[in-house]
Amino acid sequence: MQSLEKFQKSTREWLQANCPESMRTAMVAEEVVWGGRNASFKNPDSKLWLERMAARGWTCPTWPAEYGGGGLNKEEAIILNQELRRINARVALTSFGISMLGPVLLESGSVDQIMEHIPKIVAGEIRWCQGYSEPGSGSDLASLSTRAELHGDTYTINGSKVWTSYADQADWIFCLVRTDFDVPKHAGISFILFDMASPGISTKPIQLISGGSPFCETFFDDVKVPERNLVGRLNEGWSIAKRLLQHERTMISSFGLSSGQSDRGGTTSMLASIERAAMHYRGDTDRLSDAVLRDRIAQFKIDSAAFAYTSQRSIEESKQGQGPNATSSMLKNYGCELNKRRYELLMQALGSQGLGWEGDGFDSDELQVTRQWLRSKANSIEGGTSEIQLNIIAKRVLGLPDIMSAGKAQGSK
Amino acid sequence: MALVLNEDQQLLKDSAQSFCQQLAPVSLLRRLRDSKDETGFDRDVWKQMVDLGWAGMAIPEAYGGYGFGYGGLGVVLEETGRTLVSSPLISTVLLAATAINELGSEEQKQELLPKIVAGELLVALALDENSSHAPSRIGTKAEKSGDGFILSGAKTFVLDGHVAQKLIVVARSSGEIDSRQGLSLFLVDAGLEGIAISRTHMVDCRNAAKIEFSQVEVAADALLGEVDAGFDGLDKVLDIARIGLAAEMLGSIQEVFERILDFLKTREQFGILIGSFQGLQHRAATMYSEIELCKSVVRAALAGLDDSGKSRQDIAELASIAKAKLSEVFFEVSNEGIQMHGGIGMTDEFDIGFFLKRARVAQHFLGDASFHRDRYASLNNF
Ligand SMILES: Cc1cc2nc3c(=O)[nH]c(=O)nc-3n(C[C@H](O)[C@H](O)[C@H](O)COP(=O)(O)OP(=O)(O)OC[C@H]3O[C@@H](n4cnc5c(N)ncnc54)[C@H](O)[C@@H]3O)c2cc1C
Repeated sequence: MQSLEKFQKSTREWLQANCPESMRTAMVAEEVVWGGRNASFKNPDSKLWLERMAARGWTCPTWPAEYGGGGLNKEEAIILNQELRRINARVALTSFGISMLGPVLLESGSVDQIMEHIPKIVAGEIRWCQGYSEPGSGSDLASLSTRAELHGDTYTINGSKVWTSYADQADWIFCLVRTDFDVPKHAGISFILFDMASPGISTKPIQLISGGSPFCETFFDDVKVPERNLVGRLNEGWSIAKRLLQHERTMISSFGLSSGQSDRGGTTSMLASIERAAMHYRGDTDRLSDAVLRDRIAQFKIDSAAFAYTSQRSIEESKQGQGPNATSSMLKNYGCELNKRRYELLMQALGSQGLGWEGDGFDSDELQVTRQWLRSKANSIEGGTSEIQLNIIAKRVLGLPDIMSAGKAQGSK
Repeated sequence: MALVLNEDQQLLKDSAQSFCQQLAPVSLLRRLRDSKDETGFDRDVWKQMVDLGWAGMAIPEAYGGYGFGYGGLGVVLEETGRTLVSSPLISTVLLAATAINELGSEEQKQELLPKIVAGELLVALALDENSSHAPSRIGTKAEKSGDGFILSGAKTFVLDGHVAQKLIVVARSSGEIDSRQGLSLFLVDAGLEGIAISRTHMVDCRNAAKIEFSQVEVAADALLGEVDAGFDGLDKVLDIARIGLAAEMLGSIQEVFERILDFLKTREQFGILIGSFQGLQHRAATMYSEIELCKSVVRAALAGLDDSGKSRQDIAELASIAKAKLSEVFFEVSNEGIQMHGGIGMTDEFDIGFFLKRARVAQHFLGDASFHRDRYASLNNF
């Protein structure tokens, strides 16, 4: 107990001295720090903040200190998080390396792979993207057909991925490839890492309904990858892939928390209080005049509070170092649906001021709401759709019969 | 805030569970109903619950209680909710004892709380006057007369009102109806002249009464708390009871859900288990998610009651969050309980209907979901 109190005290002091003032304000979308070889920092304080946090390993607080992580235990990590929230500190580094690849690499990677990649993830030196989905393989991910063939000690990769978020800006990719076509579909998949600068890789951005182009089609044409970049054992990539999805879903579930703001979760300050926004646009002073909207906002806030307690409880219940489990599907699904509700209510609160697309007549917050409302629709698709999460809950958590297991036994296409 | 049970609470929960499963299963409620039992609960079972210390769980040790806190009472209520135990736990322990503990004078506490802990005294709260919960809409009058007061008016939905030896009556000593000012609470013997109590048979087989007060003379020492200034204290008592009730509802909800899951895993149609159908799987998965939220909310609210650092506003919000959320989910889950069982779910012989009936009453009692959403909005100034 005593040492935790000490930790809290020293953490508070350190943050007080080292978190720049401008990093204690609500995040704005253009200033989210993703790191990488081509990282750009719109606000110079962002760079300073990243460097200071990374030097302590606090971009990845619970990862082992020997690989550059913070080496904190669960209790300390909770305290760090509380202290960060207390001063409204921005997330110093957002990356798929932190939320997806790192945790599984620490679990399943070789020592060499860990030594090579983990410190660079902590420091934000390398930006990763996720090569899972393919044109023919979305929810049925295990049917994927991008192939990797071994010649000597080098794999040759051919095929294509789609919806690859930030493929055009990422330095490396963690990728699912088929290494055996003659076995049931789940049994012929491998998990491999490679440099996006390798010859034979091309990307083509796809525009979203929100106007942005955060994801790409990604093509592999005889891409050469050293054999040592395979994570885990040959043809056993599916279990790593699923484990990574649990981490991804836990991360996505944080969009349901009002504090869970990233580029995917939303950054506008109006999110903090939909009811204030609604009253402001209606000219109401002490009570929201639209009784139906008032009731819906109250219901939303009650569900949000209940969800926040549930996220907190799942952290308290998880054993030290065990990471997420099948309940990550529940958190992902609920958090995403909440975030979608949040934006629908915000749109209702803003009325016609939420309906602008660009140009004059709308301030930047209002325009951001419109775009992020559209972007939020992806929350229940990315990382596995809501329907897939409900399937997983039904089967893995509730133990209901799996009607598809018959199909699973058949070979892939 | 700890959202997981501590070791003591877990032990208490386990023992409460085995007690309820063995000595107070749903069949007990059915028997009370079928025999048109006068009391409406089983006095022997209640005696054993008292022997286990359940009546004194949250009462301070200074008044004969066990100081287990509301966290302790909450886990007991969760287990009694699983088997729909009908007992004075809500009326006397959760509502009346809390009111006495929160509002009573030292003398009142010394006199009454040990008797409640010992199971010797049943007390009911006579609050509502209309068909919807509105704790400040009080028309029952308390007129000053000499040193004492004269009560006149009518109360409805008084839980255990027909068996209670004492009543806590919320009355208006001044001010307009609906005003929060001018409310006073009185602790009176149920047998006083001018009190007419008629039992009402409720759909959930628990007991309530309608009570009329015609020119009932009460002494000055019957006052519980300050004259005219009763609302704030009452509101706090109600919040504590709302949270306790939410804990009971959580137990019932989990029980219904487990019964649904069992059925999905055993009933076959079209040659396969009905739990294979995605239409049902997704509804089950959705219920599971909502129930996980309910658990968190109830734990947070109970922990909040035992945390002296929480403000009155915090507790009020937690109570409304808990009661609104649990009311909605109990409604959903109890309805799915019928639907997913098909025809058998509609039969009286099958227990699931008892849960639907209890759900309706529990949803309504101490404010339904829309009452608490409205209250939550007001608490948050919108
Ligand atoms: C913004 C965004 C970013 C993304 N980023 C990445 C990324 O970085 N890397 C990456 O690999 N992928 C990424 N994805 C892809 C995402 O993982 C897939 O879109 C998702 O898994 C769904 O696959 P699909 O699009 O092929 O839809 P489909 O699988 O074709 O689904 C269509 C509909 O059918 C339903 N459905 C399918 N199967 C079932 C079933 N068994 N039961 C019930 N319903 C079912 C789905 O729920 C959905 O409603 C991203 C997607 C979006 C929208």
